[in-house]
Amino acid sequence: MNNYLLISIIIVYLALLFLIAFWAEKNSKSKWVNNPYVYVLSLAVYCSAWTYYGSVGIASQSGISFLTIYLGPVISLPLWILVMRKIIRISKQHKISSIADFISLRYGNNRFLGALVTLICVFAIVPYISLQLKAISETFEIITDETSYVSTSILDDSTFYIAVLLAVFVAFFGTQATDASQRRKGIMTTVAVESVLKLAFFLIAGIYVTFFLFDGTTDIYQQASQIDNFKQITSFNGLESGFNWMFTIMLSFFAIFLLPRQFHVAVVENDRERYLKKAIWVFPLYLLLFNIFVIFIAWGGNLSFDQNVNQDYYTLLLPLQNNNIVLAMIVFLGGFSAVISMVVVSTLALSTMVSNNLIIPYGFLDKFIKGNPEKNANNIKNIRRISIFTLIIIAYFFYVNFSYELSLFSIGLISFVVIAQLAPSFFIGLFWNRGSAKAAKIGMIVGVLTVVYTLILPFIMNVLTGSNSFVDQGVFGISLLKPYEFLGIDFLSPEAHAFFWSMFLNTFSFLTVSLLSKGNYRERNYAEMFVHNSNYTNLQDGAFVWKGEAYVSDIRNMLNRFLGEERTERALNLFYLKYGISKEEEMADAKLINFSEKLLTGSIGSASARILIGSVAKEEPVSLLEVLKILEESKETIAINKVLQEKSEELTKLTEQLKSANVELLEQDRLKDEFLDTVAHELKTPITSIKAASEVLVEGDDMPIELRTKFLDNIVMDSDRLARLIHNILDLEKLSTGKEILEIQSNQIDETIGKAILGISQIASNKKIKIVHQNGNEIFANYDEDRMLQVLTNLLSNALKFSEPETGTIKIMAIKKKKGIEVVVEDNGKGIPKEDVNYVFDKFYQSKHQNIKKPTGSGLGLAISKKIIESHKGKIWVDKKFNKGARFLFTIPK
Amino acid sequence: MKKILIVDDEPNIVMSLEYAFKKKSFEVYIARDGGEAIQIAEDKIPDVILLDIMMPNVDGYETLKQIKNNINLRDTKVVFLSAKNKVADIEKGLQMGADKYLTKPFSVKKLVSEINELLN
Repeated sequence: MNNYLLISIIIVYLALLFLIAFWAEKNSKSKWVNNPYVYVLSLAVYCSAWTYYGSVGIASQSGISFLTIYLGPVISLPLWILVMRKIIRISKQHKISSIADFISLRYGNNRFLGALVTLICVFAIVPYISLQLKAISETFEIITDETSYVSTSILDDSTFYIAVLLAVFVAFFGTQATDASQRRKGIMTTVAVESVLKLAFFLIAGIYVTFFLFDGTTDIYQQASQIDNFKQITSFNGLESGFNWMFTIMLSFFAIFLLPRQFHVAVVENDRERYLKKAIWVFPLYLLLFNIFVIFIAWGGNLSFDQNVNQDYYTLLLPLQNNNIVLAMIVFLGGFSAVISMVVVSTLALSTMVSNNLIIPYGFLDKFIKGNPEKNANNIKNIRRISIFTLIIIAYFFYVNFSYELSLFSIGLISFVVIAQLAPSFFIGLFWNRGSAKAAKIGMIVGVLTVVYTLILPFIMNVLTGSNSFVDQGVFGISLLKPYEFLGIDFLSPEAHAFFWSMFLNTFSFLTVSLLSKGNYRERNYAEMFVHNSNYTNLQDGAFVWKGEAYVSDIRNMLNRFLGEERTERALNLFYLKYGISKEEEMADAKLINFSEKLLTGSIGSASARILIGSVAKEEPVSLLEVLKILEESKETIAINKVLQEKSEELTKLTEQLKSANVELLEQDRLKDEFLDTVAHELKTPITSIKAASEVLVEGDDMPIELRTKFLDNIVMDSDRLARLIHNILDLEKLSTGKEILEIQSNQIDETIGKAILGISQIASNKKIKIVHQNGNEIFANYDEDRMLQVLTNLLSNALKFSEPETGTIKIMAIKKKKGIEVVVEDNGKGIPKEDVNYVFDKFYQSKHQNIKKPTGSGLGLAISKKIIESHKGKIWVDKKFNKGARFLFTIPK
Repeated sequence: MKKILIVDDEPNIVMSLEYAFKKKSFEVYIARDGGEAIQIAEDKIPDVILLDIMMPNVDGYETLKQIKNNINLRDTKVVFLSAKNKVADIEKGLQMGADKYLTKPFSVKKLVSEINELLN
């Protein structure tokens, strides 16, 4: 393919990425930018050119061991909910912007430790970046006509320009805000898009190779199995190979947490904790998809090419060999995407570390103290931009001068082994509060030195002397000191071997020093806050241990220099409001000191922030006892807060109860009104009748005597009715308010029933209605006999009232039940209308619900009966299924 | 002779009213509920109807509505006679087209004179 055409395509492609980043920055609130998938896809920055090209290379040489690099992360992901969430929470609370910040803060905001971590990261990652550049350069050469293109100088090398363009991209979108803990939506969205592209393009290539160049997976397998070393590269080779696997898996397990670019995308750029839930299944799925075709492409390559070509680039070479330029172009762009996202995020993360943990704390603080806010913000941004360019340029020169020899896989692994040196102080420090700064430093240095001796030195010696004598003979010819077979361990691959020894010595030193020397109060303080993070979530500012003297005005001036007056004012107002501190207060307390440190941390890193604040505050040492006391107190405050919270919840509940009680009272009030209304109405009817009859009698001198008698009878009848009504109302009132005291005694229920029947027998025989009392067993029950008679009489007279003369039959009987007695009264009258069944026990029911009056009676009989039964703790109801009349039942417990 | 229809489900009250109006030379008809009342009214075309509100089956309001719908009864006066004595009840009754609303308990003498007044 033509050189210039390819360059134009690359430029268009880069321009598109710029556009996406630009759009995402502008629309940073859009749901396309803010969703868990962007987060998960940005995690896929893990898949660099190493995955894209290197996996195929390793698969073609040593079979499935390329998988180990992905198994580590997959195994670690379920742990994310626990571990990563803790890391994210701590980082959010302390405005942490890189892994160097994280580790240095954990060990008491230690400036040297931050710098050490930064150096280790640069040491590990820069060669790794240079390998990515190498991949671009080599694939560029492959895809263009190799013979026409020979790189002679930097200015002639397209990789250099691509590197510079990437630096511009990172510098532009990565330093929009001075606060490095803020999220860069633009870059993250581009990375997510690239993650989709590289996966899609790689899958296309895989499908092409497997199904178009060959006849499916079985075909490739069968052909590949004919090759000589097939068995060797597709199976485990005993226990030793197993160890290699295990160590490489552990290595990648650490890398997914510790690689600066992974820490950056997973922690710093995490918007919401719940995205983690999505990540733990989508990310492994992504890795799985990426690895499906690796082995087939590798076999396909092995079958199609002899040993002279670089196996890493089978994916690109296969389509080219078959003259499929378009597909080769697609593969190239996929690999290009993988490189760009890795380089961009790594540089971004490294530059933040370099500026915040190395350059600013070790050289620029004095300058900042004197500068004004705009100048300081510019300086900070410029330091970061310069770091970005410097890093990429160093990486470029490393690639030009050193990396021709090495494969993507081996440099990747070396960089993983170096990064793994952060693991003991990172992971153990997260869960064990004894870990101290001194121990972390010693552990890291011992670890890195081990790696240098066992892995890097042999490589350098080889380049310098051109012989392998160092590897073969060890130092001074002592075979126990052979770098690849230290102390006689000779069965591990160089990387696994280096990992094993460095990790062992690192962890050992870390634990030993931690146990031997306690950290100072500051370390203890932060250790406590990191390890028992959940205890201090609500009271971070309060849980900070600090003793000394500082003036608010000094601190305000310091903040002004970095944040500007407006932001400082806003931040301090919020602070005063939160803790209810007067603005007039001249002396700063620990909370303000901590708050201010955190404000500055985002901009200049935690170590620098501490130094700056320390420059205006006279700090006094705090004893370990005091630290523990203060932490204990802040825990108590949380406990008190919890109690207050509970109290407040209780009050809310009480208020709710009062409200509903009030509603109930209002309802009762309304019912009372309604009741009085009905009572008044019921009383008026007999009164009207009496009054009318009396008037007629007074006027009617000429009235015949029979008529006069009739009117007088009416008056007597209505007076009786009136008296009965008043009696019933009072009775009901007595029962409802519980003023009635029942005289409960053991009685024979059938005797009482007999008495009730006797009371109404006259009316029954007048109407010629039969009353059947099924009487037999002697059933005793406890009740007030007078009241029971009242109930029975009421039920019997109701039955009488609604039964037809001559044909009517009323049955009454008592049944002994387990828990007491049940009494049934039924008639064969017209029954209770369905719509009334639920209301018959209401007071004045008929007049209330139908605008009709009862033929006779007060309308209170059943209501009173119900009250009486209820005050005996019994139940009374209507049998709704009975359809040959009305059937009432009630129970009285023993 | 003026015709009056007394509609009430309380026989004792009806008895007193019947006596009083007969004495004043009214032709008196009696109904015990709304249904009966409408039948008698259509049949006899009374000059005035004394109508209770709370009655079984068809209540006073429904009865009034049907009377008002009957063109033959357009000259018939309707007087509510009810124990419901709230302002809202009275307004409702008058709004539905009753010519008068009298509350229980009432004075028979006064009632008779008011009916007479209404009819002249």
